[in-house]
Amino acid sequence: MSDWETVIGLEIHAQLATKSKIFSGSATAYGAPPNSQANLVDLGYPGVLPVLNGEAVRMAVKFGLAIEAGIAAHSVFARKNYFYPDLPKGYQISQYELPIVTHGTLAIVLEDGSTKRIGITRAHLEEDAGKSLHEGLPGVTGIDLNRAGTPLLEIVSEPDLRSAKEAVAYMKKVHTLVRYLEICDGNMQEGSFRCDANVSVRHAGEHRFGTRTEIKNLNSFRFVERAINFEIARQIDVLEGGGKVVQETRLYDPDKGETRSMRSKEEANDYRYFPDPDLLPVALERAFVDSVRDTLPELPDQKAARLVSQYGLSAYDAGVLTSSRELAAYYEEVVRAAPADAKLAANWVMGELAAALNRENLEIGSGRLAATRLAGLLARISDRTISGKIAKEVFEAMWSQAMSADQVIEAQGLRQITDSAAIERAIDEVMAKNPGQLGEYRAGKDKLFGFFVGQVMKATGGKANPAQLNELLRRKLAG
Amino acid sequence: MTLTREQIASIAALARLELTASEFPVYQESLSRIIDFVGALDACDTTDVVPMAHPLAGLAQRLRLDAVTEEDHHEQYQPNAPLTAAGLYLVPKVIE
Amino acid sequence: MTLVSDFHRSTLTQLAAGLRARRFSSVELVSAFLERIEASQRALNAFISVTREQALAAARIADRALEAGTGGPLTGVPIAHKDIFCTQGVRTTCGSRMLDNFVSPYDATVVAKLKAAGAVMLGKTNMDEFAMGSSNETSYYGPVRNPWDPQLVPGGSSGGSAAAVAARLVPGATATDTGGSIRQPAALCGITGMKPTYGRVSRYGMIAFASSLDQGGVLTASAADAALMLREMAGFDANDSTSVEREVPDYLATLEQPIAGLKIGLLREFFDTGLERENERCVREALKVFEGLGAQLTEVSLPHLPLSVPVYYVVAPAECSSNLARYDGVRFGYRCENPRDVNDMYRRTRGEGFGAEVKRRIMTGTYVLSAGYYDAYYLKAQRVRALINEDFIRAFDSVDVLIGPTTPTPAFAIGAKTADPITMYLNDIYTIGANLAGLPAISVPCGFVQQLPVGLQVVGPHFSEARVLNAAHAFQRATDWHTRVPRGYA
Repeated sequence: MSDWETVIGLEIHAQLATKSKIFSGSATAYGAPPNSQANLVDLGYPGVLPVLNGEAVRMAVKFGLAIEAGIAAHSVFARKNYFYPDLPKGYQISQYELPIVTHGTLAIVLEDGSTKRIGITRAHLEEDAGKSLHEGLPGVTGIDLNRAGTPLLEIVSEPDLRSAKEAVAYMKKVHTLVRYLEICDGNMQEGSFRCDANVSVRHAGEHRFGTRTEIKNLNSFRFVERAINFEIARQIDVLEGGGKVVQETRLYDPDKGETRSMRSKEEANDYRYFPDPDLLPVALERAFVDSVRDTLPELPDQKAARLVSQYGLSAYDAGVLTSSRELAAYYEEVVRAAPADAKLAANWVMGELAAALNRENLEIGSGRLAATRLAGLLARISDRTISGKIAKEVFEAMWSQAMSADQVIEAQGLRQITDSAAIERAIDEVMAKNPGQLGEYRAGKDKLFGFFVGQVMKATGGKANPAQLNELLRRKLAG
Repeated sequence: MTLTREQIASIAALARLELTASEFPVYQESLSRIIDFVGALDACDTTDVVPMAHPLAGLAQRLRLDAVTEEDHHEQYQPNAPLTAAGLYLVPKVIE
Repeated sequence: MTLVSDFHRSTLTQLAAGLRARRFSSVELVSAFLERIEASQRALNAFISVTREQALAAARIADRALEAGTGGPLTGVPIAHKDIFCTQGVRTTCGSRMLDNFVSPYDATVVAKLKAAGAVMLGKTNMDEFAMGSSNETSYYGPVRNPWDPQLVPGGSSGGSAAAVAARLVPGATATDTGGSIRQPAALCGITGMKPTYGRVSRYGMIAFASSLDQGGVLTASAADAALMLREMAGFDANDSTSVEREVPDYLATLEQPIAGLKIGLLREFFDTGLERENERCVREALKVFEGLGAQLTEVSLPHLPLSVPVYYVVAPAECSSNLARYDGVRFGYRCENPRDVNDMYRRTRGEGFGAEVKRRIMTGTYVLSAGYYDAYYLKAQRVRALINEDFIRAFDSVDVLIGPTTPTPAFAIGAKTADPITMYLNDIYTIGANLAGLPAISVPCGFVQQLPVGLQVVGPHFSEARVLNAAHAFQRATDWHTRVPRGYA
């Protein structure tokens, strides 16, 4: 029954890219040997106290400004009390009633190309917990507290999302934004960017929300989409069967493609939030906030809009090209060096280049193919030295060797043949060699045209200018 | 008594404190006494009074420079722990 | 010449001067006090750990510095630290089974500062478990006995430090005060105890009980000695976010100022029905001394002050329930045997590692913070706290300091008040207010009731330690209560 409406809210935890932890001077680098980056404060030893990292505050403010949110002049850290082995103090220092960032919004582009503004209720600072390792340790769990104390920005959306696809679009947008702002590296495999999804369903037109479940720790866009879709279907199943959705926390199992109830959350947790007496309220002055505002880069939406107006790109293309600052910067460098055709540049960056990078698992910043080298290739297409098809061969050569387009074209003799006489000669030769097909074509078998195009291309080593070839061939075949 | 046995059990569970059967009534009594005692606060009119979290009124949290100032001392710290292996703190298996 | 046998008759100030003048060595001094400590342990149980070898080694280093003339203000002077301060390489138990095997990998800032000033630590003193108590009867290591009468309590939670100073086992000791834990034992033991302004002394390395109330301070034989120690202990610490960036004045420089014209407020609420008549008599006699020195006495009223004990017994347990959650058997400290699973490990580790009073306060705190009760208890208490604070601020508009009794009674018998927690809690009725408002306060001996010491409390506005010490010192120059030593220890 399609009278069901889905309501989704996402809680995203972005690890802030500070050098040191939020309340101690320990390093935050990923992948260090167990407990080598956990000092006495991180370990929650008797007598230790937290001291707040100013950079974490800056980064939170930066995010708030980018989503046009309110920045609290006065925010308070609170203790969230619960017991878990990877939580050394038995409480997490977080923010509760007075978060540093209040209501903001973020625009996402839906599949049909329309824009939707998603509300963000709040974003607050908190410390990450450590890690529990269960593998390879019979009967015990190993606790690594390197991650304990890493700064997190928890970003809470309004329940404005209405489908798994919208949720993914929102998550991707936040992902892009935090990387633009250089406040988070967005590395989901390493756990720098995690998402919890709150999902509920209700009949279309109902005002009240249905009972929601929380799916925790989704760390890939694909998992988010699948988990949400599974959960929607599961909830609908339950309700249509006459049952009630149980409010609970669930985990997504990617191997089975299902969500299941989390065992340990059977007891309701009363977190007993209260303001942390070891920390004073964070006071942010106007001047401070303004200084952070001055450091904001051109944001994704602004950049995309500019690419549309400056280069005449479609909104879709601009969206793809601005999905990261590095990609957009690369693109603009290409266009500056090969200004003749901005759309051509867009196609090549999003097409051939992206495919080649993906194949070898490289980032745009890898420097494999400098923007100016690619620009050199595009210039040769624009000035018709080579055809688009030949350009792909040149690209392959340039990808594996540090040669310029001109060097490859020269070395392999790939210049496009635009000399009409030479093309005519080739056509004449092909016509002479294929009298049977010629006869059939002239008798009315039109689709043999492609055969002749292929033969002439073969005879010219693929270098005949396609437009000229078509025109001349038509004339000659016509008789 | 002000606090029921169930409440004592739930408080002890939240605080992860194992109470023996004989301890239950003792704590139930003393905790009830304490809660009754602090109930004296109800008589005080606190309308519009801002709660005082700490004596340093008007002071704001100092911000620290973002710099790594710590080295790896886990070999020095871990002898204090009841059970460790391969640099990890060990606890009985946690099932998620 | 000071005989070895007379070292304990000298004040901390005199000993520091004597060391500097090379009249005796730190090794001699330290050895003498170590002997006294060892001789008293069975009777008083004031120490949990005695660090004999380290003390003598430190004394030798001190002597070299003194020879070279490179010593600091406390070089070579023996002191003790309440076992709530983390001491690097030395067992730090906080009076609890939970930390019975805990050797701290770092020094508390207070410890480091006193070390830097040259002081020599002789050991860690006994205390109520996790600083929760007013009689030093909740310690895992057994009760401390009052040197004035071993059947009686020395007060708490800093009972060990107080007994040690009263019995002249050390000339000075560090201590902490959350609801009166320095001042109340000072009063019961006939010595001087000072709690500074909240934020004056770093809490880094001072095992937390109630974070918004805890302050580190000193127990000594006199206000002058307290001024010397406090000057070295106080100061901003970047490791403590609640440490205040404010210069530490030289408390010794203003100690001798005459107090003529000092405006003293007598707290009406302190002279209430709970105050034993004889205690009141001592305090009122002492007030005449202040008048004789030119101070002006007026009565002031802090109407919300009587609610300070209920406020405290909501706020302190709430904060402690959270501060003590880290004691879970995972990274340090006690762990129960053969835990079945993680929950069992938590429950039995904490059930077995903590004593009854600690568990009681953790549970009280858990309750007042829990869903549905937070507003009615915790938030309510913090609002009343604000009212009490305002009362103090208003009072200090018209007076310079507030004076009153430190405790309602003299020392009581061991075991006398353990049956009912409320009875015990009411011992702190006069001291708690200063913790709630974060004010500096000192207790000095002002007489005897049936041969037991009585204490007088002086409370000042924020960061008025110099004035508070000055007033106490003026009183001590005009009286000799602070020179009295219990029989057997003189």
